[in-house]
Amino acid sequence: MAQRLGAPFCRRGRAPKLAAGDPLSPPAVLTALILILAGLALLAVVAVPLARFAWAGLVVHGFCLFAAAVLAGVGLAVLLAGALPVQALPLGVPALVAVDALSAWFLLLLGLAAACSALFGLAHPLAAPRLLAAYPLFLAGMALALVAADGFTLLLGFEAMSLASWVLVAADHAQAENRHAARRYLAFALLGGVCLVPAVGLLGGVAGDLSFAAIRVAPPQGWVAAAVLALVVVGAGAKAGLVPLHNWLPLAHAAAPSHVSALMSGAMTKVAVYVLARLLLDLSGPAQPLWWGVPLLVLGAASAVLGALRANLEEDGKTLLACSTIENIGLICLGLGLAACFRAADLGVLAGLAAGAALLHALNHAMFKSLLFLGMGEVAHGAASRRLDRLGGLIHAMPWTAGAVLVGAAAAASLPPLSGFASEWLLLQALLAAWRVGDLAFQVLGVAVVAAAALAAALAAAAMVRLFGLVFLGRPRTPRAAGAVDGPMPARLALLLPAALTILFGLLPGTLLGLAEGAVQVLVPHGMVERSGLAMVRVGDGGARYWPLALTLLLAVVGGAIWWLVRRRAPAGVARGPAWDGGFMAPPQHLPFGDPVTQPSAAGFGQPLRRMLGGSLLAAHESVEMARPGDPGAARVTSGFTDPSEARLLAPLARLRDALAARAEQLRDLPLTATLMLPFGTLVALLALAAWLEAG
Amino acid sequence: MDWLAAILTQILHLALVLAAAPLVVGGIRWLKARMQGRIGASPLQPLRDFLKLLRKRPLLAENASWISQAAPHAGATLALAALVLVPSFARGMALAPLADLVVIAGLLAAGRVALALAGMDVGTAFGGLGASREMSFAALAEPALLLVALVLAMLAGSTGLETVGALFQEGSLGLRVSLGLALVALLAVAVAENARIPVDNPATHLELTMVHEAMILEASGRHLALWEAASALRLTLWLALVAAIFFPFGTAPAGFALLGWVVGVAAWVAKMALLCLALAAFESAIAKMRVFRVPEFLGAALLLGLLAALLLFLSTRLA
Repeated sequence: MAQRLGAPFCRRGRAPKLAAGDPLSPPAVLTALILILAGLALLAVVAVPLARFAWAGLVVHGFCLFAAAVLAGVGLAVLLAGALPVQALPLGVPALVAVDALSAWFLLLLGLAAACSALFGLAHPLAAPRLLAAYPLFLAGMALALVAADGFTLLLGFEAMSLASWVLVAADHAQAENRHAARRYLAFALLGGVCLVPAVGLLGGVAGDLSFAAIRVAPPQGWVAAAVLALVVVGAGAKAGLVPLHNWLPLAHAAAPSHVSALMSGAMTKVAVYVLARLLLDLSGPAQPLWWGVPLLVLGAASAVLGALRANLEEDGKTLLACSTIENIGLICLGLGLAACFRAADLGVLAGLAAGAALLHALNHAMFKSLLFLGMGEVAHGAASRRLDRLGGLIHAMPWTAGAVLVGAAAAASLPPLSGFASEWLLLQALLAAWRVGDLAFQVLGVAVVAAAALAAALAAAAMVRLFGLVFLGRPRTPRAAGAVDGPMPARLALLLPAALTILFGLLPGTLLGLAEGAVQVLVPHGMVERSGLAMVRVGDGGARYWPLALTLLLAVVGGAIWWLVRRRAPAGVARGPAWDGGFMAPPQHLPFGDPVTQPSAAGFGQPLRRMLGGSLLAAHESVEMARPGDPGAARVTSGFTDPSEARLLAPLARLRDALAARAEQLRDLPLTATLMLPFGTLVALLALAAWLEAG
Repeated sequence: MDWLAAILTQILHLALVLAAAPLVVGGIRWLKARMQGRIGASPLQPLRDFLKLLRKRPLLAENASWISQAAPHAGATLALAALVLVPSFARGMALAPLADLVVIAGLLAAGRVALALAGMDVGTAFGGLGASREMSFAALAEPALLLVALVLAMLAGSTGLETVGALFQEGSLGLRVSLGLALVALLAVAVAENARIPVDNPATHLELTMVHEAMILEASGRHLALWEAASALRLTLWLALVAAIFFPFGTAPAGFALLGWVVGVAAWVAKMALLCLALAAFESAIAKMRVFRVPEFLGAALLLGLLAALLLFLSTRLA
């Protein structure tokens, strides 16, 4: 494998220099990008006075759709034609933007996810002025964070994204639980900022040059590197939803309007992943030791298992999807951590494989999770509930939504030949090769992570069957669910677009990997992307292969043959009759679709997994209260769980906060001299620190 | 000529496994009956049942959706497509490059999801119960299967069945403790995936203990025929998989070799018969376990897979 490292690699269709008259020449593309960013910012300003008019929502979402298309176009153009040079933003402060392949990959992802979200927004627009202002600002913040070429601009975009999305999470602030969600979201966003600002400062070093080019020249070493790693993992990990900082995610995604949740889950968490990848893998340089990737690997595996398990226990559709997001973010971070470890061990091909798998999964997850959130939003609009126990039978009432969500759920369950399977196949293949890193401790860790990833994938399949089965199959559990209808045409398009892309990306992972090659090169400079063609992706010479097109063809041929044979031998059509409902008595008149209690419930469907794994991982509990013998009263089953981050992290933090506040309260009673001494002492200490830093 | 031989091998393989699938189910039932002192139905009975069911018009519940009609086709298609990829009597089949262990696991998972969705379609209590148990058991079986794949990938450098089988047939590996542990883990996963005793009882009529049967309670006519076919194909697949990985003796090499093929078919039939006998004996000797004991059973498989991988690390370090 070692001699392959230096092998020359020719890139198809990637001209190093563009002709001057090319319509896609760098200045034109970059100008378009800057104009779009400025347009989004301007839209945020004018949206407030415009909000009086009924068409304001259409204008805002329409322009966001256009902006999303431009962002995706810029991303694709850069991926095909090469990186755009660094350019200063006309802001008055030194802010640099540039689009390299890594930025372009995430821009493409952001553009596609935002297009779906804005399409849905055209059908169900936001109304309040602050929301109409926040939505384009959210999009602009994400785009700015992705195209930033220095630490300041990166943080500017990241924080604009955080604040704008906080406004959107608090959209329906009349409800106490949404206020709670928004408050916790803001706390975690602040934590992210508090960690990322010093991390970028440390990367800038003593000279204080924050441009990425300068940081790359002098990557952090020693304790600075360790501090940067810890700060970035906490700061960006809190935004991405890595365990144990995932607590805000299920709350915030459930509280936000559906197309905002789709954008948050599909794109915003990916922006955090981009920051992780950019700061840890690109800017910190390739010379980091083996353990550099281990925190991401371990936290990613833990997130994957915990998120997937929680998705099997949640009873609100959007909360369930948010937990599945934690799982997928875990898988992506696992891939990035693995790439860092392989890179440190000089296994270039495998590092490229792991990084490619992570990037591909980020794109695929952005598509199918947008689709699922938008589908759940459509359900919430149509059937007036997101609770699994109040839905059911929607496949009859909302056939379009059901069909699209089935595609998304199958991809989230990583079933071949859809997109989720392709990227998880690549990720598993990279994991199966983790033992090639010679260190015994790492090998043992690798085996545990393989088991965790497989467990997460299978748990995700169970969660998706639970979601689709309870929401769309069976009988309606409420009259409102019986009367639901599909959304208007833009909403249907917003579901069909990601569904089509999910199928397409599943069939062409090789082409996508070829497109992501430049981005992989940014993450793993000396690595080599395995050459993957249209028909196949492969692990290495003589390694495993995956042929999605041939597999789909095989399935089509076998399926067609079976269908034809059955049709020839069996009588056509079906007879209809009542289902045998386990011997329950006929339901009362006011329940035309049968007693919902005789159907599987959300808690009941999750019971086996709650008992098998929930007890140890999520402190799940169940208790049965039986009426005394002879008493005809009903028995009650109560069950529930607590996320470990709640008890182990947030509760001690809250106690610490209370203790600190109590201690700070004592300052009020200080005598005058002490009150004067306090600022003076602080001043002296700060001066001493500054003097020491100057000397050092 | 190579491609002609490859296609011919593939077609012969397809014919062989299609003939074997009903016989595997029927043969195991017959063997179990004999071991329990009954005469038992002919091993051909599953085939007769299949043809009989195919001629009947299915009866669907009033609120059944298109899922109930499409899922049986999807289930049978996915099982057959996976079985087509697992080598039987010869190497070098036309579709051999597609035969990756992780892909086969993915196809089986897709079939499982189709079955679970069909179980939930009508909204009856038993369908949902079976679906939730099936998906939960799979969540524990999948990691064990992937650890077995890890052991194989470490030895062969690939999860492709062709590479793995060729390496094991060569015999250069010798007997290893890791392989024995991996075999036991794979067998435990196979038992759980096929709804056999002790995880599930394929012959039960008590709804509360059913897993697989509970999901197809509402199926009838050609739909039931397709589900039964899918389950027979899946059982054949798992036995063939065990034979192809751990007992690849007598498998004919790639290319056109008439004598090799005859030997290969004979060896494969013998291997499958022995595996059926072992399964029948195991099922006759053991009782079905409580549903919530199954995690312990599959957890043991997971631990065996873990142990196999760790032993392999240590042995490569010592060697």
